[in-house]
Amino acid sequence: MPVKKFITGNFYDEAVLFPAVKKARRAGYKIHDVFTPFPIHGLDKAMGLRDTSLHTAGFIYGITGTATAVGFITWALTVDWPINFGGKPYFSLPAWIPITFELTVLFASVGMVLTFCYLCQLAPFVKKDHFNPRSTDDTFVMALECTEKTNEEEAIQFLKELGAEDVKVQYKETGWWLGRYDKDTMPFRKKETEHHKETITQ
Amino acid sequence: MTLREQFTVPKRYNTVAFALMGLGLLAIIGLYVTTHTGGGSPAEKEIRDARFWASLLQNSVYFLLVVNASMFFITATTLAWGGWQMSFRRVPEAISACVPIMSVITLIILMAIVFGGNHAIYHWTDTEHVKHDPILNFKKGFLNKGFFTVMTVLTLGLWSFLGWKMRQISRSIDDKPLTVEEGKRYIWKNTVWASLYLLVFALTVMSSIPWLWLMSIDAHWYSTMYSWYTFASTWVAGISLIALYVIFLKNNDYLELTNEEHLHDLGKFMFAFSVFWTYLWFSQFMLIWYANIPEETTYFAPRAQGPYKGIFWMMLIINFIFPLLLLMRRSSKRNYTTMTFMALLIIFGHWLDFYQMVFPGPMTNPVTKVTSVPLIIYDFAIALGFVGLIMYVTGRTLSRYPLIAKHHPFIKESVIHHT
Repeated sequence: MPVKKFITGNFYDEAVLFPAVKKARRAGYKIHDVFTPFPIHGLDKAMGLRDTSLHTAGFIYGITGTATAVGFITWALTVDWPINFGGKPYFSLPAWIPITFELTVLFASVGMVLTFCYLCQLAPFVKKDHFNPRSTDDTFVMALECTEKTNEEEAIQFLKELGAEDVKVQYKETGWWLGRYDKDTMPFRKKETEHHKETITQ
Repeated sequence: MTLREQFTVPKRYNTVAFALMGLGLLAIIGLYVTTHTGGGSPAEKEIRDARFWASLLQNSVYFLLVVNASMFFITATTLAWGGWQMSFRRVPEAISACVPIMSVITLIILMAIVFGGNHAIYHWTDTEHVKHDPILNFKKGFLNKGFFTVMTVLTLGLWSFLGWKMRQISRSIDDKPLTVEEGKRYIWKNTVWASLYLLVFALTVMSSIPWLWLMSIDAHWYSTMYSWYTFASTWVAGISLIALYVIFLKNNDYLELTNEEHLHDLGKFMFAFSVFWTYLWFSQFMLIWYANIPEETTYFAPRAQGPYKGIFWMMLIINFIFPLLLLMRRSSKRNYTTMTFMALLIIFGHWLDFYQMVFPGPMTNPVTKVTSVPLIIYDFAIALGFVGLIMYVTGRTLSRYPLIAKHHPFIKESVIHHT
């Protein structure tokens, strides 16, 4: 995956972040993403993100589950091995509804979880890098992607004027790659071990 | 931003309401005349009389429970300390103001049926017959005129009173902003009265009242799911009615603080409770279908396989397939046209549901055991009459009080609501 150049800034307040996002878009900067420790209502709209297609995927998985259940039970109980249950017809739909429902839910939920992981590029052994580890703790991190047209100095100044702190240029690989967290990018491991040592020595 | 707090009833609105009421009245008179002329055996005459009263019973009970569901919406959200509905809370309040008048109408109809001497609707009112009927004799402690009357009067009185109290509490702060302490006390007071209402609601709509009013039409048959199922039916129709009024007011440039976020949540309710209704309907149906015991399947025989099967399966499609497919998308829940169409369809679909609950019992000839389907046009016209009444009372109440409960402590939560 190609390494790209980003300019990142820390925001401490939603009330500062929202106008900043809008101004950055209006100024024509390419916002790579905004990383927040918790979901913020309306941020997707402010960033101009399109609706996720996860629903559509979920609907398709659900329909697949329904079709699988109805198809399989019909084949099993009317063609392959018809059994007379209490004089009911071989094709007795009411009795199959619960299983159909369950398979619909199963297919939809499992499929959507996997699709969600794919869309967010999450999987076991996939290395995810933080622009700033504080985006998992208490600040909002906006990352502007630098294109060949971007004036770096101007962009840094622009972010600072919008109220960002800790503005810096970073080079990051985007997309998928396999690997594991580097020790120095593990934000909390170090502290924990130090704390652990302290408790032992005490 | 200045808010248009005062709703003025458009002239055409009241004209339509009165026209519908007139149509309903004409239909009632027409139905009375057609059912009470002509000859036939006493049993046939009784069935024709029952057809008249069953139509009134179905419509009055259905629309009473639908408008009462509005108060359930208010109290349930109050108890949950919900804030999102605050910007249009006056709409369900105004709809629930129809409960007292609808209660009076329903009470008159129920009493006329129970004490009027017609036994084709409520077989258990025939004391001579009950003596020779071991099943009805066994149920005598529950199904008798005294208990029915007391329960009905008590229920209708409590719904009307507690609903009135909730509306009074809501209107009491229209002129005075509250301090934080007063606000806390106000929320607490609201919560206490709302929980009282919900207690009564749980003991009536969700358990005993549909058993008495509707299930006792098929007195030999019983289902413990019946009340839940009836509740789900009227609750989803009630939500649809609220959504209709919200859309109506939005189209007339009222309710500035309500936007498609709120409509989206109402749409979610309509979607979710359509599925919930189907779940209850199916739970009731499947157990009976599976066990296949004659005393239980008598209920479904005329409905699912007999002359009512058209209405029966059609209402299942209207109430389940349509909301499932048409309300699933996010954009359709935010679209005024789709929501209006779906709300109307759901109200009509659950009206059909009540139709097939009420009619097969009284329309069965006790001698020949033949079930017939009456001409549905009359019932539909009477339903429009009730719609006109609800329109008139709701419009009147909306115009008498401010449209926004602007001093309510939770109003901000509704203004910034985002789904």
